[in-house]
Amino acid sequence: MTHETVHAPAASREGVRLYPVTVKKVIWETDDTFTLQIDLGALGDTFSFLPGQFNMLYVFGLGEAAISISSDASESGTLAHTIHRVGTVTSGLAQVKRGDVIGLRGPFGTGWPITAARGKDVCIVAGGIGLAPLRPVMYAMLQERTAFERIILLYGARSPLDILYRVELEEWAKEHNVEVLVTVDRGDSSWKGYIGVVTTLFSYIKLDARATVGYLCGPETMMKYTIDEMGRRGLAEDQIYLSMERNMKCAVGFCGHCQYGPEFICKDGPVFALPRIRHLLDRKEL
Amino acid sequence: MHTENLTEILRQHPFLAGLSETHMQVLIGCASNVRFAEGAPLIHEGEIANKFYLVRAGRIALETDVNARGKIRIQTVGPGDVLGWSWLISPYRWHFNALAVADVRAVALDGECLRKKCEDDRDFGYEMLSRFSQVMERRLEATRIQLLDLYTTDPGARV
Repeated sequence: MTHETVHAPAASREGVRLYPVTVKKVIWETDDTFTLQIDLGALGDTFSFLPGQFNMLYVFGLGEAAISISSDASESGTLAHTIHRVGTVTSGLAQVKRGDVIGLRGPFGTGWPITAARGKDVCIVAGGIGLAPLRPVMYAMLQERTAFERIILLYGARSPLDILYRVELEEWAKEHNVEVLVTVDRGDSSWKGYIGVVTTLFSYIKLDARATVGYLCGPETMMKYTIDEMGRRGLAEDQIYLSMERNMKCAVGFCGHCQYGPEFICKDGPVFALPRIRHLLDRKEL
Repeated sequence: MHTENLTEILRQHPFLAGLSETHMQVLIGCASNVRFAEGAPLIHEGEIANKFYLVRAGRIALETDVNARGKIRIQTVGPGDVLGWSWLISPYRWHFNALAVADVRAVALDGECLRKKCEDDRDFGYEMLSRFSQVMERRLEATRIQLLDLYTTDPGARV
């Protein structure tokens, strides 16, 4: 297989302009993670994105944060971003209410190569907030479900209370023939699902290594172990794609803040074919 | 259950993949087919470890008592997994509780019976030990990753 990365059209990468957008709804997914639904207003007529891309969201007076788009790319006029409240800007975003205006630049970066998975099995492995940038992939694949063979979603969260999109996970399994396996690192006696790291879920699925494409998103260490596990099961590296995360500032490859060896995560990524960055994954200084 | 059926069941379990016919026959004498309904205990912490299980279906949670915090659920095992290696290591006592969190079908292997066979047939003993070593190695690796608490955001990434 020849690996590919999906780049957005050049015009949409001229993203230094900041647009005011209105918050339509705030949905708290967990204690510290929420989804902002945004009304794009006039921008909605021209805005489009690829599953896997991100926007820079600006809280006036606080600053910007790079946030993956977590909504359906086929919807127009509206966007969703699922945000983990971890620092100043994301805490600022957590304070916004319906009707508030925030700034948006984007979309930026590369998308998941969904066409590479057509006619094949897809194994999606997500950890924590890493499920958010993969949600648009699920939407895209489910809209033409028959174009793909098995869709397997292995999802790991810290605890049952940290599981994102619970209702959708159930719906994907029940109504769309998606093999959804969820595990948590820490369970309690009320949790009857799997407990253990996400890689342990591979024991419970059978992969057809030659006909499977892997999409990975989550903490880097988790992805490294997942790559090892996929390798043990015979998946070639050029069948694996992953989304990398670094702090981003300019988002257009000027500032170097997100430099990763010779790559800029903001414009060359965040989605990479594994062979392109394989040699960088074990380098400590990156 | 007929021995032929049990042999077939054992052959299909990943833990025994590639086991020679001779060793399979040694093993089968210590095996029995078992079922546990949801909520049923399989193992009690502190008790003598006299068997292990090859899980065929269902899910089993490993728990430990942590005084005031009550029972902490540490890990689950499921189809294709092995439950229990304390039968192999002196002083042969369980270090965790285990209970079925979904109806379980498994093959139970009698630890005392197997230890004797391992002593009598060192090749068989080596085969068992090398297979259990792999299980332990994978379980240890998974536990190490679990300890890293990966889903906590690094301080440098807090925006």
